[in-house]
Amino acid sequence: MARGQLIDVEKRYGRHSVIHGASLDLPDGELTVFVGPSGCGKSTLLRMIAGLEEIDDGLFLLDGEPMNDVPPARRGIAMVFQSYALYPHMSVRQNLSFGLETARTPRGEIAAAVARASRILRIEHLLDRKPRELSGGQRQRVAIGRAIVRQPRMFLFDEPLSNLDAELRQEMRVEIARLQKELATTMVYVTHDQIEAMTMADRIVVLREGRIEQVGTPVALYDHPDNQFVAGFIGSPRMNFHGAVVTSVDGSAVTVALTGTTTQIAVPVAAQAAAIGEQLVLGIRPPNLHPSGQGDAEIAVEITLVEQLGGNALLYGRTEAGVDLVAQEPGHSAAQRGERRVFGLPSAQCHLFRHSDGLALPRRRS
Amino acid sequence: MSDAALDIAGLRARLAGSRARAHRLHRLHRLLRHCGLVVLCAAALYPLLWMVAASFLPEDEILTAISPIPKSWSLHNYTAGWNAFDVSFTRFYLNSALIAAISVVGNVFASSLAAFAFARLRFPGRGLLFGLMLLTLMIPAHVTLIPQYVLFQNLDWIDSILPLVVPKLLGCDAFFIFLMVQFFRTIPREIEEAARMDGCSPWRIYRRIIMPLSTPVLATAAIFSFIFTWDDFFGPLIYLSSTENFNVPLALRAFAGSDEGSSLGQLFAMATLSVMPVFLVFVFCQRLVISGAAGLGLKR
Repeated sequence: MARGQLIDVEKRYGRHSVIHGASLDLPDGELTVFVGPSGCGKSTLLRMIAGLEEIDDGLFLLDGEPMNDVPPARRGIAMVFQSYALYPHMSVRQNLSFGLETARTPRGEIAAAVARASRILRIEHLLDRKPRELSGGQRQRVAIGRAIVRQPRMFLFDEPLSNLDAELRQEMRVEIARLQKELATTMVYVTHDQIEAMTMADRIVVLREGRIEQVGTPVALYDHPDNQFVAGFIGSPRMNFHGAVVTSVDGSAVTVALTGTTTQIAVPVAAQAAAIGEQLVLGIRPPNLHPSGQGDAEIAVEITLVEQLGGNALLYGRTEAGVDLVAQEPGHSAAQRGERRVFGLPSAQCHLFRHSDGLALPRRRS
Repeated sequence: MSDAALDIAGLRARLAGSRARAHRLHRLHRLLRHCGLVVLCAAALYPLLWMVAASFLPEDEILTAISPIPKSWSLHNYTAGWNAFDVSFTRFYLNSALIAAISVVGNVFASSLAAFAFARLRFPGRGLLFGLMLLTLMIPAHVTLIPQYVLFQNLDWIDSILPLVVPKLLGCDAFFIFLMVQFFRTIPREIEEAARMDGCSPWRIYRRIIMPLSTPVLATAAIFSFIFTWDDFFGPLIYLSSTENFNVPLALRAFAGSDEGSSLGQLFAMATLSVMPVFLVFVFCQRLVISGAAGLGLKR
């Protein structure tokens, strides 16, 4: 168990900077998820923690000790790779024990550690098989087992589920979350899948282009995104955005008119941040587009596509201003393509972002 | 058109007819191709078969025999040829085997170490050194022959096997290094990183991860290294002068160089024996030899 701290870390490849001074706390025993689109630097940051990439500037501390110059194996950190990276020529047992053998651990201890890890991961019956004889899910378990046997202070997972099919992914997601609670070890988990991030994380770190955009619990990020990027990235289906102009400001709310429509709505955000006539972006999540009459304002759309998902339905539509919106309805939807629908906008669930830099106008916390 | 109106039986008959036609055509093509290949193989093999046949013939029949199947068999050429010189062929074979064994081990070990460094380690000047190494592939061996000879002469290594084997121990065969670099690069980097996380030093990664995963390329290098050194005539010709140091090809040359033409049968007998090791390698390692040859682009 350990607490990790990144302080102003930077990574450059030649003159090209990929991590621009990231600072972050990795609390003891928590599962922190790095999430972001491809190329945002999340894997690089993880590899810097692992010691596989050098830290060009800044500090990485583990329990207060600088780790920058400590070789990967001495950091007490174990990593599970995207491709599993099992040694193909070794049996599962040898894969599990290889790291301990390298560390010259006594045989008895190795056997005990392998037995414990294989019991936790339920792979006892696979110990004498080679990786090529295992299914994707089993390989994944062995890869995790290889990390567990070393009893590391910190686990790192680099997109470990991306090679699995949907069903297995969900199963392993639950498994890893269970394991994390059981072992109570600090974990850092990298994914580009925001559902994985939302379901597993104690805390989510959203990255974009080598910068940390926001850090917080899944619910905090969902309800109170700091900017339009985080709002759009967290949540599925993604948040709808519509251009808006400030028409009035009072102590408790900012009233905006949606560009190109007749809709006006007063959103309860900190008013001092906005000025009349300012360009903003209004954000509303698909499940928060309510049926007509159940909101503080209404917006009309023409339905362009209906996706029946069984438990709920997604309604794709276009506003008078030509902006595409998605609404989520519980159960089956009777909506038809070409139909005109009016949705209610609940002001408490609306977000406002500055058009210029995408920053959110702070909402009142409920 | 409704399903009932479809003439299922008629359509099936048409399909069967066109399939039969295609099948007949395919068989004809295959027959022609095989005939062509048999003729070409016979042309290529004839000299070899003739040599083998002639090795069993009495000396006076050799130059008049045309058929690759001898009329009478005699092992005289083999027994006489084996002891034709002051030094017996046992010695030549031992010399050849020693040179080949050291070369194979040296080439595989030294080349793989160098290739590992080029493929996996980061060090300043890696690209430049790799380029220089490739450059040596492009210089004909004959160009460097005289400087090499002078070097070995200064070391007083002439008429010993050292000039033939020591370079192999030092990874002087750029060609095998290149072959292995290409192979090592196909091993996923994540496996090596996992080994680093497991605490492996580069040496342990080489020994425990890269080597066991590279048996195909190591076997290819070993086989080709064996064939090249077993067949090598030029190197031994330059550096070996005493008969007791000769390898098998040099000893064969001694037959051809002897003044009377009466040793032709013995030459063929010993030549037949000398191709046996290479022949066996081909027989047992055919798959590796072929894939290796494809990988090598058959440089030599």
